[in-house]
Amino acid sequence: MALEKIDFVLAGVGGQGTILASDILVEVGLEAGYDVKKSEVHGMAQRGGGVESQVRWGEKVYSATVEKGEVDFLLGFEMLEVARWIDFLKPGGDVIVNRYRIPPPPVNMGVAKYPDESEIQRLLLTRAGRLVWVGATDVARELGNAALSGVVLLGVLASDLGMEHDLWLGVIERLVPERFVALNREAFSRGTAIGAEMLV
Amino acid sequence: MKKLLSGNEAIGYGAYLAGCGYGVGYPGTPSTEILQSYSTYPGVHAEWATNEKVALDVATGISYAGERVFCTMKHVGLNVAADSLFSIVFTGPRGGLVVAVADDPGMHSSQNEQDTRQYGRFAKLPVVEPGDSAEGAEFMRAAFELSEQFKTPVIMRSVTRLSHSRTPLEVMDELVPLHAAHETVKYDRAPSQQIPLPMNARRMHREVEQKMLDISAWAEDCELNRIEPGGSRLGIVASGIAYQYAREVFPDATFLKLGLAYPLPNDLFHTLAGMVDQVVVVEELDPIYEHNIRLLGIPARGKDIFPLCGEFSTELVREHALAAGLIEARVPVSTSGAPIVINGLPEDAAAAVSGGAGDAGDTAGDGNGNGGGDLALLDPATLPGRPPMLCPGCAHRPIFYVLQRLRAMVFGDIGCYTLGAAPPLNATHTCGAMGAGIGVVHGTDLVGVKDRTVAVIGDSTFFHGGLPPLVNIAYNKGVSTVIVLDNRITAMTGHQANPGTGHTMMGEESPTVSIEAVARAFGFSKVDTLDPYDLDEVRRVLKDHLDSTEPSVVVARYNCVLQTKERNAAPHVDLELCNNCGTCLNIGCAPIINRGDHVEIDDILCNGCDYCVTVCPRDAIVSNRTDGGEE
Ligand SMILES: Cc1ncc(C[n+]2csc(CCOP(=O)(O)OP(=O)(O)O)c2C)c(N)n1
Repeated sequence: MALEKIDFVLAGVGGQGTILASDILVEVGLEAGYDVKKSEVHGMAQRGGGVESQVRWGEKVYSATVEKGEVDFLLGFEMLEVARWIDFLKPGGDVIVNRYRIPPPPVNMGVAKYPDESEIQRLLLTRAGRLVWVGATDVARELGNAALSGVVLLGVLASDLGMEHDLWLGVIERLVPERFVALNREAFSRGTAIGAEMLV
Repeated sequence: MKKLLSGNEAIGYGAYLAGCGYGVGYPGTPSTEILQSYSTYPGVHAEWATNEKVALDVATGISYAGERVFCTMKHVGLNVAADSLFSIVFTGPRGGLVVAVADDPGMHSSQNEQDTRQYGRFAKLPVVEPGDSAEGAEFMRAAFELSEQFKTPVIMRSVTRLSHSRTPLEVMDELVPLHAAHETVKYDRAPSQQIPLPMNARRMHREVEQKMLDISAWAEDCELNRIEPGGSRLGIVASGIAYQYAREVFPDATFLKLGLAYPLPNDLFHTLAGMVDQVVVVEELDPIYEHNIRLLGIPARGKDIFPLCGEFSTELVREHALAAGLIEARVPVSTSGAPIVINGLPEDAAAAVSGGAGDAGDTAGDGNGNGGGDLALLDPATLPGRPPMLCPGCAHRPIFYVLQRLRAMVFGDIGCYTLGAAPPLNATHTCGAMGAGIGVVHGTDLVGVKDRTVAVIGDSTFFHGGLPPLVNIAYNKGVSTVIVLDNRITAMTGHQANPGTGHTMMGEESPTVSIEAVARAFGFSKVDTLDPYDLDEVRRVLKDHLDSTEPSVVVARYNCVLQTKERNAAPHVDLELCNNCGTCLNIGCAPIINRGDHVEIDDILCNGCDYCVTVCPRDAIVSNRTDGGEE
């Protein structure tokens, strides 16, 4: 049976850990037998600028970049950044969003306003079939390291996708430096627990 | 073993696979990781040169001495190396010579968009273009063979989306070390082939033209180009990343996929035209294939459908193909049922996201923004942007902050410090090609511009292109001030070593060039060194230099904190004292958040440099550093 294509976009702010999360997603796809491609653009602004990773799973993937209106899962590390990508979501696709805001420079300079959560929710719901709010950064802080929020989000995604958790944990173990493995496993299970509770 | 490599990693791996023992380059996004990846393979020698021309000259020497070598740079780097490129095309390499160049359509991190394929026709050499990582590795081998078979340098062209996309390829489980020839080698002297004096060069030019004809004949059935049969209505010509987009959009068309972007296979174009009703060229940037095909009398379409400027994407190709009637619109996906909101937040937060206006289901309502509350629906295109700015903890910031306060006219240059131009600092007023600022400031001084003009340049840029214009100021009795922002590393492109760093690319210790000593040797007697975080000192020294009529150099030295991983506890804000006067917001640091009546510091993003502590006029930002840092 041909594997169905699944497109993901991970959007956040430089320094939040989108790249590690997308690397994990890539390896999980490969292990699950998909053809996988990933695209991300880096260059200017190592810290504090908007960053995005695109991951595509499929039977045969040509372009590494996703197409507007075709993305199955939007993973938002930061609320404003995920809102920017809403047009890429396919109607009825899933959005998993970390309730965390990092006001961008125009907001701090007082020339723009950071939208309210309710406004963001309304925007996301114009396309989302399922919108999942997660306090991933809060969970990560509880675990003692805010950088774990990406792995918490991946845990939620794993529940949403309904895939073997061991597959994910195996990849996390391979990709994360040894002394952080235990913490990352913990972050992942906190995510899957949230996911399991909510996505029934 | 199957692995996902980025296009850049694959090209570096391909060089190693091809038995190429030497790599020389200069960093530049999106090309940088090519040489970095290559340098990790056993038995290779890799070097960061001081600039691209130097890199190509070093590569020429390695090739002349009989070894395979490759050279890496970004598109604009090839402009710097162009003089040497044109020259080695005439004399011809000995060991295979491949120049790997990455273009940046869409200008993700470049000052312009240019199409390196044009160098094929201009400089008269073959250009190879892979479409994914597997081809990146494979085409490297083909490029070396081509180079040696036809005695010509070969360009390996990539683009951002190829360089930075990860796609799968088979890699060897075990790596065998290359043996670069380190024993004494005797140079095979051939002055009539390696000195392009007119009497030789005239012959060389005829030889080069003949090579191009021979290679286009070879291109007709080489493994780099292929016809992929499909339907008879459309024949798509594409190469590189554009091929991938076109494959998504035209699944049923016949394709001519070009791996050799220059010279072009005329018979294959005729063959394709004979197979289909309409030939369409999908090429990013310049219409190179299209023009060539049209010259053959084939009525190909291309830039009348797809844009000339900017980066392509699947959806861009689809939109334009649809508008041109080449494909039919896809049936829109219909969604079933109302959206579901799943709230994994604590109660108060949960209320905030739904805005308290009914349940979320009907907030989505008609999707036109008429469902929840009285605010208009947000438009994703007009959300507040997140433009790049200097990183938290960056020591360039204090210099730009003071220059802005001093109302200096700043001739900038290329590097992280170009972001001194970003609001709210707005402290830089020009920027040109690498190293240009120092020449430009001297020009304005000659005309009599006196409003505190100063050139600002990074250390890597200084070694790349700053030395000739600096000596020019001294020689021509100029009066300009030049500030070298010396963070001891090439930061912008991801921390490559340079002559100020103290080690080579291969990790060997090497002499550290003293920028101050260089300036003195050039004839500058007013030379000062600064710690950027010493606000009073920075103010005093910069004011002194800007107001002086003597040519001068200031070296502002502080290691890049991302490189050294220096990080301290974030300061906190004393809410009693903070009145949101805006001073700290003016230093342009992302973690400082404006909360209306006070500021707050995001401790995830903050680096703990405490510069905001230093500038705060009310002592409202309180250091949490334990090392007795800024007070
Ligand atoms: C001709 C050319 N080569 C390479 C680049 C890519 N590039 C941009 S800035 C830069 C060097 C930045 O290093 P440095 O001057 O030390 O400043 P920093 O980023 O560390 O502040 C490079 C290599 C370019 N823009 N143009």
